[in-house]
Amino acid sequence: MEKNDNTTGTVSGIIANLVVVDVDGPVGQNEICFIAHGEESLMAEVIKVTGNQAYVQVFESTRGLKPGSKVDFRGHLLEVTLGPGMLSRNYDGLQNDLDKMEGVFLKRGDYTDPLNREKKWSFKPLASKGDEVVAGDWLGEVEENGMPHRIMVPFKLEETYTVKSLVKEGDYTVDDEIAVIESKDGETISVTMVQKWPVKVPIKAFQEKPRPFRLLETGVRCIDTLNPITEGGTGFIPGPFGTGKTVLQHAISKQAEADIVIIAACGERANEVVEIFKEFPELDDPRTGKKLIERTTIIANTSNMPVAAREASVYTAMTLGEYYRSMGLKVLLMADSTSRWAQALREMSNRLEELPGPDAFPMDLSAIISNFYSRAGYVHLKNEKSGSITFIGTVSPAGGNLKEPVTENTRKAARCFYGLSQDRADSKRYPAIDPIDSYSKYLEYPELQKSLEKNMGEHWLDNVIKAKDVLLSGKEANEQINILGDDGVPIDFHDKFWKAELIDFVVLQQDAFDDIDASTPLERQKYMLEKVLSIVDTEFEFKNFEQVGDFFKRLINQLKQMNYSEFQSDKFNGFEKELGEMLQEHAVEVKQEEAV
Amino acid sequence: MKSQAFQKVYTKLKNITKATVSLIAEDVGYDEMAVVNGRMAQVVKIVGDEVVLQVFSGTEGIPTNAEVTFLGNPPQIKVSDELSGRFFNAYGQPIDGGPEIEGEIREIGGPSVNPVRREQPSQLISTGIAGIDLNNSLVSGQKIPFFADSDQPYNQVMANVALRAKADKIILGGMGLSNDDYLFFKQVFDNAGALDRIVSFVNTTENPPVERLLVPDMALTAAEYFAVDKNESVLVLLTDMTLFADALSIVSNRMDQIPSKDSMPGSLYSDLARIYEKAVQFPSGGSITIVAVTTLSGGDITHAIPDNTGYITEGQLFLRRDTDIGKVIVDPFRSLSRLKQLVIGEQTREDHPQVMNAAVRLYADAANAKTKLDNGFDLTDYDERTLDFAKAYSEKLLAIDVNVDTDTMLDIGWELFGKYFSKAEVGIKKEMVDKYWNNN
Ligand SMILES: Nc1ncnc2c1ncn2[C@@H]1O[C@H](COP(=O)(O)OP(=O)(O)OP(=O)(O)O)[C@@H](O)[C@H]1O
Ligand SMILES: [Mg+2]
Repeated sequence: MEKNDNTTGTVSGIIANLVVVDVDGPVGQNEICFIAHGEESLMAEVIKVTGNQAYVQVFESTRGLKPGSKVDFRGHLLEVTLGPGMLSRNYDGLQNDLDKMEGVFLKRGDYTDPLNREKKWSFKPLASKGDEVVAGDWLGEVEENGMPHRIMVPFKLEETYTVKSLVKEGDYTVDDEIAVIESKDGETISVTMVQKWPVKVPIKAFQEKPRPFRLLETGVRCIDTLNPITEGGTGFIPGPFGTGKTVLQHAISKQAEADIVIIAACGERANEVVEIFKEFPELDDPRTGKKLIERTTIIANTSNMPVAAREASVYTAMTLGEYYRSMGLKVLLMADSTSRWAQALREMSNRLEELPGPDAFPMDLSAIISNFYSRAGYVHLKNEKSGSITFIGTVSPAGGNLKEPVTENTRKAARCFYGLSQDRADSKRYPAIDPIDSYSKYLEYPELQKSLEKNMGEHWLDNVIKAKDVLLSGKEANEQINILGDDGVPIDFHDKFWKAELIDFVVLQQDAFDDIDASTPLERQKYMLEKVLSIVDTEFEFKNFEQVGDFFKRLINQLKQMNYSEFQSDKFNGFEKELGEMLQEHAVEVKQEEAV
Repeated sequence: MKSQAFQKVYTKLKNITKATVSLIAEDVGYDEMAVVNGRMAQVVKIVGDEVVLQVFSGTEGIPTNAEVTFLGNPPQIKVSDELSGRFFNAYGQPIDGGPEIEGEIREIGGPSVNPVRREQPSQLISTGIAGIDLNNSLVSGQKIPFFADSDQPYNQVMANVALRAKADKIILGGMGLSNDDYLFFKQVFDNAGALDRIVSFVNTTENPPVERLLVPDMALTAAEYFAVDKNESVLVLLTDMTLFADALSIVSNRMDQIPSKDSMPGSLYSDLARIYEKAVQFPSGGSITIVAVTTLSGGDITHAIPDNTGYITEGQLFLRRDTDIGKVIVDPFRSLSRLKQLVIGEQTREDHPQVMNAAVRLYADAANAKTKLDNGFDLTDYDERTLDFAKAYSEKLLAIDVNVDTDTMLDIGWELFGKYFSKAEVGIKKEMVDKYWNNN
C-alpha cells in the first residue's frame, strides 16, 4: 500500500460490526485500523470509503462502543506473520495464537503473537555469500517438527539481490538477522526468519503452475478409486447438514499423504475443533512416525466467533499454505465450511446496503470464490523443486438444494465434486458421496491417466470406468425393478442391481470410525476393486430373483468382514477363502480372473 | 432496571417507526439498554448524534415527547444461587411473585469460550427413551433440538428428558410458550420435586414477541454462572426456537433489511449459532447442554429455520407419528446425534454401534418394502419379514413412551434380529454375532 502517514479518525456511526469513521487523512481500501474503546483496542478493516468517511468492519463485538472513539489507521492490509513455529498451533481467523490467550472466555481486543520469539531454531544455510537471489529463494533452513522449514527471501522484495552475508550454522531466534542481501542500487536489507504478508494477495514466488498430474492418496476409497483428487488439485464437498462433510474432511486430513495439513474451521462448531485438538495429538502419522498434530495447523473461527474474522480465516489459511508450498512442501488445505465464509460476505454486503445478487449474496460472489480456489495448485519453484496446495472445501447448501449460489459458483471453480446425498446418509451408506453425480475432472487429464497407469497398472483406469458403469447400470436396473416389480423384470436385472450393490457396499461404503476400515492404502484398494470386479464378471445362475439378493447379501457380508480385517492377515485370508467357496454355489463357469 | 435520578432524561424523539424510535443523544454505547416511556428498548444503530432504539414491545402509542433514559449498560442479569426455583420474564424480572434476586450483575450475551479451553464432551446422558439412547445418544455439552410439527408432544418429551438427565440445574428458556405449556412445565417440575433445581425465563404468547430475543441469552448467562462458577452440569431447554427466529425476522423486516431465504434475515445462521455454541464442556467439570425445540411446518426441514439449525446443532431428534403403531416415535432416519460416537460402545456395551446401525438399515429395507407394497407389487419373504421387524422395532424401541436402560435396548435389538432375520441378513461383525446372537 502506497501510504505510510498515520491517518487517524473518529467513530461517527455504528450498525452492529459496521462502523463509520470520519478520517483526517488518506485511507486505503482494506487498510487495517484499531478503534480505541476504553482499555481495549478493536481491530477493523476498511471496506468502503465515501468522502472523508471510512466504513470499517470490526473483527470484534462492538457492544458499548460510542461515537467519538479514536481510530488509528495502520497503513497496511490484513497480514499474517510467517516464520517457523506455526505447525501444531491453534490460531483464530486473524492468526492470534489461541493457546496464548488467558482465561476460559475470549477477551475482546486480545491479540496474541503467532510465533514464539524466544525459541532458538537450529539454522543451516542453503545459500552462499555472493549468490543472486529473488523473493522466495531459500537462504537456509531450520527443522520444524521434523519437516524442513525453509527461510526464504521475503516475498515482498521485487528485485534481484546479492547475498552479502549469511550467518553460520547455529541456533537463532526467529528475529535474529540471518542474512543481509543487497540490491543492484546498493540498498541492503536485513533478513530474519520472519516475514509478513497480506492474506488477500496470493504469494507468487514460483516459476510456473502446471496442471496437476499425480494422484493424492486419501485412503478414502470412493475418492481414490472412483474420483481421485490430485496433488495440487481442488475439490468441494457439498451436502445437506448431517450428511458427513466434516467426518469426510477429517478422515482425509488424517490419512492423506501430505507434508502439512491446514484446517480452517470456518464458522462451524467449536466441538468439532476440539475433536481435532484431542485426536490429532494421539494419532500417529504413518509417514513420519510422529504425531499428526505436528504437521497440522488449525485456524479456528467457529460460528460463535466474530463474523468478519470468519471471512478472513480462509485467507489466513490459504496464505499459510502458500508459504509452506514455497518451501517445496505438499500442503493439504481444508475449509469447513466455505458457505459460512460466503454468508459472512453476505452479512456485510447487506449492512453496506449494496445491491444484492441471488439469495442476497454479493454480486461478485462467483469471482471471489474462483479467485480463492485459483490460489491452490501444484507449482514448480524457481529452484526446480516443487510444492503443492490441494484444497478441499465443504459447502453447506441452504435447504440442501444444490442450485443455490454458493454451490453453483463453487462448481465452476473446483475440479472435483464430491456431492453427499441425503438418501445415502439416511440409509447410513457412509461416506454418503453420490457415486453417480460425483466426478473428478482430473480423471480426464492425460497427465493423471499416465501416472495412474504407471503406478496402478495398465488396467486400473479401465477397471475404474467399469466400476462406474456397473454402478450406473445397477441404478437403472433398480429403477426398472421399482417400476415393474421384482417379478416383472428378468432375473438379469436383479443380478445387475446386486452387482452394483456389491461395489457400493464393499468399495464405496467405508466406516470412518473403524480402525482398519477407516483408511485403505491404494494397494489394498486395487486388490479389493479387482476382487469385486472379478465377481461382477462372474456369470451366476439363479432359480428365482430371491436367490439373487440372498446370495449377494452373503457375499457382501463376507467381503465386509474382509474390509474390517488387517490386509492379508490370516483372518483376511480366511474370509477370502470362504468367499471363494461361496462363489462356487451359483457360479456358472468361474472365468478364472486374471483380475481385469 | 429502573432509571436512576442522575440520569439525563431526553424528551424529544426524532423519528418513530413500528419498531424503533430515534433521538439525538450523547455518550450512548452500542447495544445499550434504554427506557422509553416505561418500555424497555435497546440501541440498534448510531449515526452521528442520532441514536436508533428498538422498543421491544413495539412503539404503539409512543408520543414524540416520550421520556427516554439510557441505562448505561447492555442487557444484564443478577446471578446467584437465589435464581434456583424461580421464574422470570425476558428481562430477568421475577414473575412468580417472589422477591428480587440479590447477586452479581452479569452482561447477557457475553463472550465465547476459547475453543482451546473447551473439553471434549464425554459424559453420556441417559433418558430411557431408546429412540434417543440407542440411536442418538446425548452427551453433556451437546446442543440438539427436537424437530417436530407443532401438534407433536415435544414439550412433554423434553420435560421427560430433562427430569431423567440427572443435571444439577435445569434452565428453561420459554419463547412464545402458551400459558398452558408454561403451567405444564411448572407442574411437572413441581411434581417431580425438582423445582429447586430449575430456573425459568419465560416469554409467553401474551408477551410482545420481540422480547423473546432476550430469553436465550438470559437463560444461558444463568447457565454459565452455574456451570463456570459452581462447576455444575446444566441442562438448558429452549422452546420454541422457531418462534425466536420469527421474532428475528420481525425485527429485520421492520428495519428494512434485505431478507434472504424464507424472509429470514441473512444473519440467521450467526444469530442462532451464537446461542447454540454456548453449549460446552468446561475443563473444570461444569457443562452446559442445550436441548431445544424447533417446530416445523408440515415436517419441512428445508425451511430456513430448521435448515440453519441443523447446520449448527450436533444433530436433531425428529419426532413423527408412526401410524402403524399409533404412537409418536423418534424417527431413526431423520434423527442424528453427532456426538454419540464419543460414548457408544465405550460408555455403553461394545455391541451398541453395530446393533444400532444394523437395526436402522433393516428399518430402511422395511421402508423400501412399504413403497413396493404401496405401488401394488408382491412382497418377497424378506420384505414381509422386514415389515414385521419394523413394526416391532417401532413399538418396542422407537416409541417415545419407552423407558428402559441401554443394555435392555440392545438385548431387545438382538432379540428382534434373531426373530426376523438370519445372521447374514443382519450383517454384523462376526465377533459380536458370536457373542450376542441368541444369547438373550
Ligand atoms: N464415514 C462415516 N462413517 C460413519 N458415520 C458417519 C460417516 N460420515 C458421517 N457419519 C455420521 O454422520 C454424522 C454427521 O456427519 P458430519 O458432522 O460430518 O456432517 P456434516 O455434513 O459436516 O454436517 P454439517 O453441515 O451440519 O456440519 C456424524 O456425526 C456421524 O454420526
Ligand atoms: Mg460439518
